[in-house]
Amino acid sequence: MAVIPLERKPLTFAERTYLPQIAFGLKTTLRHLVTPKETLEYPEQRPEIPAGYRGVPTLVKDPNGREKCVSCQLCEFVCPPKAIRITPGEIAPDDPTAHVEKAPQEFEIDMLRCIYCGLCQEVCPEEAIWLQNQYTMSGYTRAEMVNNKERLYELGGTLPDDHFKWDKKKSAEEQGNAH
Amino acid sequence: MIQPAKPDLVTVNVDGKEIAVPKGTNVIEAARLVGVDVPHYCYHPKLSIVGNCRMCLIEMGMPAVDPATKQPVMDPATGKQKINWIPRPQIGCGTNASPGLHIRTNSPLVKDCREGVMEFLLINHPLDCPICDQAGECKLQEQATGYGRGYSRFIEQKNVKPKRTQLGPRVTLDDERCILCSRCIRFSKEIAKDDVLGFIDRGSYSTLTCFPGKQLENNYSLNTVDICPVGALTSTDFRFKMRVWFLKQTNSLDTETSVGANTVVWSREGAIYRITPRRNDEVNDTWMPDSGRIAFKQVAAPDRLKTSDALDVLIARAADLLKAGSVAVVGSGRSSVEEQFLTRKLAAAVKATVALVSRTGQGDNLLISADRNPNVRGALVTGLVATLPEAKLTALAAAIDAGQVKTVISVGEDLVAAGLTAAQLAKVSVIYLGTHANATSAAAKVVLPTLTVFEKSGSFVNQQFRIQKFSKAVPGLVGATDDLVVLSRLVAAAGGAAQPADLPGLWTLIAAEIPALAHAAHAKLPETGLLLDAAPWASLPFVEGETLHFKPAATAAVASSQ
Amino acid sequence: MDFSFYFDLPLWIRTALQGIAVIAVLFPISAACSMAERKVAAWVQGRPGPNRAIVPWVAPIPFLGRFLQRLGVFQLMADGGKFVFKEDVIPGHVNKFYYYIAPLLALIPALTTVTVVPFGAYWDAAANTLKPLILADLDVGLLAVFAISSLGVYSIIIAGWASNSKFPFLGSVRASAQLISYELSMTLSVLPVFLWVNAPGGNGTLSLFDVVQTQSEPGFLGGMWYLFLMPLSAFIFLVALFAETNRQPFDMPESESDLVGGFHTEYGEFKWSLFFVAEYAHMLVGSGVFTLLFLGGWNPLPWVPLAPLIEGLPVWLGGVIGIGVFLGKVFVAIFFFMWVRWTLPRFRYDQVMKIGWQKLLPLSIANLIFYALAIALIETR
Repeated sequence: MAVIPLERKPLTFAERTYLPQIAFGLKTTLRHLVTPKETLEYPEQRPEIPAGYRGVPTLVKDPNGREKCVSCQLCEFVCPPKAIRITPGEIAPDDPTAHVEKAPQEFEIDMLRCIYCGLCQEVCPEEAIWLQNQYTMSGYTRAEMVNNKERLYELGGTLPDDHFKWDKKKSAEEQGNAH
Repeated sequence: MIQPAKPDLVTVNVDGKEIAVPKGTNVIEAARLVGVDVPHYCYHPKLSIVGNCRMCLIEMGMPAVDPATKQPVMDPATGKQKINWIPRPQIGCGTNASPGLHIRTNSPLVKDCREGVMEFLLINHPLDCPICDQAGECKLQEQATGYGRGYSRFIEQKNVKPKRTQLGPRVTLDDERCILCSRCIRFSKEIAKDDVLGFIDRGSYSTLTCFPGKQLENNYSLNTVDICPVGALTSTDFRFKMRVWFLKQTNSLDTETSVGANTVVWSREGAIYRITPRRNDEVNDTWMPDSGRIAFKQVAAPDRLKTSDALDVLIARAADLLKAGSVAVVGSGRSSVEEQFLTRKLAAAVKATVALVSRTGQGDNLLISADRNPNVRGALVTGLVATLPEAKLTALAAAIDAGQVKTVISVGEDLVAAGLTAAQLAKVSVIYLGTHANATSAAAKVVLPTLTVFEKSGSFVNQQFRIQKFSKAVPGLVGATDDLVVLSRLVAAAGGAAQPADLPGLWTLIAAEIPALAHAAHAKLPETGLLLDAAPWASLPFVEGETLHFKPAATAAVASSQ
Repeated sequence: MDFSFYFDLPLWIRTALQGIAVIAVLFPISAACSMAERKVAAWVQGRPGPNRAIVPWVAPIPFLGRFLQRLGVFQLMADGGKFVFKEDVIPGHVNKFYYYIAPLLALIPALTTVTVVPFGAYWDAAANTLKPLILADLDVGLLAVFAISSLGVYSIIIAGWASNSKFPFLGSVRASAQLISYELSMTLSVLPVFLWVNAPGGNGTLSLFDVVQTQSEPGFLGGMWYLFLMPLSAFIFLVALFAETNRQPFDMPESESDLVGGFHTEYGEFKWSLFFVAEYAHMLVGSGVFTLLFLGGWNPLPWVPLAPLIEGLPVWLGGVIGIGVFLGKVFVAIFFFMWVRWTLPRFRYDQVMKIGWQKLLPLSIANLIFYALAIALIETR
C-alpha cells in the first residue's frame, strides 16, 4: 500500500494566536443569532404528512360501511414484533354481510410493540389495514396502548375501495351462474 | 395395496435416474422414492385410484424393440437402447411400474399439461383464501404456486354453488371450493364403509352432496376433511378458529382405545386447536376416529383438578395416611408405561396389591377396539399386574368390607364408577391422583392433581404390543403436577427408595429392571413405535376384536408383525 | 432630593438596607442572566428557546403578554420555583457541614465585591462635582475586588472536597490551579491603567471611580477609553476574566463532558442554584470592572463624558442616566461572555495551563514594561 505523506502547512502567527479564528467563529454565531428559526413548534404547528406516510396502523371500512377485515391473520403472521393479535370469528348467518363468512371477533394491535414497518398493510389481501396519518399515541398504562378493534375502526374510518370484491360476490350469488 | 406380499422388484427410470421399485408401484410413489414430487389431488396412497384430477400427468416411454426381430433398437447417438416416448401424457397415479419404464416429470409437455390443468381447476375456484381454513395446507395453493401460470385469463363469471352445507354433525361443505377429486367419496365407501357421498349434476356444475336422507355422520367423517386437498370439507369444530400456520405440531396418540392411533396435536401458545391423524402404516394408516379428535377439550375443561397447596404439603398429608398401613393401590390402564412402573414401585413400597379397572365397549373393526384402556398391556409388560383387569373392583370391595384396607391410592381411577359404594369409600382414606373432578376426588382425603396426556410425555403399549410414544404438546396446568413427579414423591413418602421423576432417568431404571423394555427407551423410540414380544401373555383372554392391521387372540403376535 | 435622612440612620440599619438592596438587585439580574444565556444559546443554535411559560395575569395583555411569553421571561420564575420545591437529595457519602457551607461561601464574595464597584454617578450641585453611586467608596477599590473575588475559589474547593467523590474533587483542583494561574496575568494587565491614572507625585489611588474620571477628561487622550489606549491590557484582562469566572472556554471546574458536572456534581436543588447565581454574580462584577477600567464606565461615548450632559438635570434623572449607561455597557459585556461561550469549544486542561503561564503571563509582563516605559517617556517630557 502506498504511503502518501501529507504535508501540513505550518501555522502562521495569526493562526497561532487563534484570534482570527475566534473572530470568524463569533461572526458565524452572530449570523445564526439573527437568522430566522427553523424550529417547528410542535403542538401548534404540525408537520405536513407526505403521501405514503406510515402512521398508526388502523382498520378501515369500505364505503358501504362493511368492515373489510376477514381475520385471515396474515398480518398477525407477518408482523415482525408480533404486535398484532386477532381472535377470528364467524359472521352470523342473519347478518347482511353473512356471505363474507369470517370477521375478526377481536383485533388488537399493541402499539408498544408496533414498529410502523407497514408489512401488515402490504400483506393484507383485503386492503383492510392501513397505516394512516396519525403519528401520536400516548397513554398512561400499557393496556391503554393496545388498540382494540373498536378503536382501530374509529382511527381508520372509511377509505375508498377499487374492487368491491365481496359485493360482486354477493350479486353473483343472487343472479350469477348458479345451476 | 402398493406393497405386494412378495416384493418383485423392477427397475424404472425417473427423470434419468434408475430406481428399483416393487412391481405394481405407481409412478407417483416411484418418483417419490427418487425424491421427485409429482403433483396430484385425487390420488391417495390408502384409497383406490380413479385418475380424475389429471394433475399427475407425466410423459412415459418404453425401450424400443424391433417388432419383427424382437431385438432391442439401439440409439446410435447414445449407444443405449432407444426409448419410444408415448406422444401423449399419461396419469402418474394410474401407471404402474414395469421393467424398463421411462418417465419424464419435468419436460415442457408435462409442465404445459400441469399449467393447463391448474388453470381449469382454478376457473371456478373462489378467491376465498383469506377466509378459507385450508389456506396454508391447501394443495391447490401449493400447486398453483409451484405449477400454475401465475395469473388468470378468466374474465367470465365464476359458477355459484352452495357455500355452507352441513354434511353431518361435524363436517361443513363449501361446494364452490370443491375440485371434484372424489377422495371423500372413496373414503366413505372404502374405509368407513358408509357410502353417503356422491356427485350430482354435470360438468362444471357437478356438486358434492349427501345421498337424499343420509348424513355424513359416521365416526370417521372428519377424515374426509383431512384428505380434502382444498378447503371444501371443513371441520365444524375447527372452522374459523385459527390459521394452521400458527399451530405447533406435536406427535401424540389417540388414548380412547387400545388401538393407539397415531395423532398430531396442533397447538398455539398453550391452547390446543385440533387433533389430526399421523400416518402409521402398521397401526392406523392415515385415519383416526372423530371421537378421538375432541379429546383435547379435557385440557381446558372447567372440572380440571388443581390446587393452590404446595406439593410438599399434599405429599406430607398423604404420607400421614400411608403410615397407618393396610394400603391398597388401584392402578390404571390409562397411565403411561412410565407411570405404571412407578405405580408398581409405590405398591411395593406400601406392600399392597394392585388392582386395575377394565373398560370395554363395542369395537367397530376399524380404529375403535373393544378395550377402552389404552395401556392395559403396558401394565402387563411393566409387571404392575399379571392378569387382565376386571370391570369391577370386587376383591377390593370385599377387603374394605372386611376391614383389611384403611387407605386406598387411586391413580386416576374413579372408584365409584369401578364398583365401590359410597359407604365403602367412607370407611377408607382415599388418596386420589387425577386430572378431573369425580365422585372419588370428592370423597378423597388427599387429592393430587396431575396432567392430561397432552401436557406430559410418555409411552403406551397398544393392542399389538407395540410401544408408542406421545409428547408434551402444551404446558401443564398451573396447580397440577406431572404424574411421574407425584408418584416418585409418593414412593419416597411411603419409605421406598428414591425414584427418578424424569423420563431419561426413569428409562435407565426401567431398561435395567424389565428386559422386555430394554430397547424401548422413550428418547430412542421410533415415531412409528416398537413391537414388543407378546408371547408371555399369549394365553390371556384379551377382549379386542379385529381392527385395522390387527387380528385378535392366538394370532395376535403374528398379525401385529405383518 | 434630599437623602440626608438616610445618613441619619444608625449604621447597622444602613448596612442591612444596603445588603438587602444588593441581594434584591443582584439575584434577579443573575437569574435574568441565566435566562438570557438560554435564549442566546437557543438563538445561536437556530432554536427559539424557552417560550412557553406564562403567568395567568399576564396572558390576557394583548401584545406584551405574548411578547414576554415568547421571550421566555416567565421561564425564570418557573425555574426558580422549581429549585425551591425540588427534592433535596443529599448523597450519603458527603461531609455534611462543608457540603452545606460551600454554596453559601460561593455567594458571599460574589455579593461582597459589588459594594466597592461604582455603578453610576450623579451630579452633586452643592459640591459642583460628579459623585459616584457606590455602596462603599474605598480608596483601594480594585484591590478589594481582586482580594474578595479570589475567595470565591474556596467555595469550589470546599464543595469538591466535601462531595467526597472523584469528579467534583478533580473539578475543584482544576479550579484552584486555574485561578492562581490567571490571577497573575489579570493583576499585571491592569497595572498600566493605574500607572496612567496615578500621575507621579500625586496621591496614589486604586479607586475605580477615579479610573472612570480619568477617562472623562477633556482632550484627545483624556477622553479616550483605555480600551483604545491599552488594547493589549484590555485583551489580557478579558481573557483572564473569562478564566477567573470559569466561563467557556475556560470552564475547567465544570466541564460537563469530562467531569460530569465538576465541583457541583453532587449538588441539587437550591444549593445548586446558589452556585449558579454566584457564577453569574461574578460575571456581573467582572463585566462591571471591565466596563469601568476599559469602557469608560458611565460615559456614554468616547470623548463624550457624562458630567456635562446631566449637569442641569434633576439629581435623580442624572443618576438614572448614569446607571443606565453603565448597565447598558455591562449587559453588552455579558452578552459578549455568552456569545463567546456558544462559539468556542472548551480548551483542554493542559492548554489552559499553557496559555496561562506560557503565553498570557509573559505577554502581560511585556505589556507592563512597554507601558511603564511609554508612560515614563510621556510624563517626563
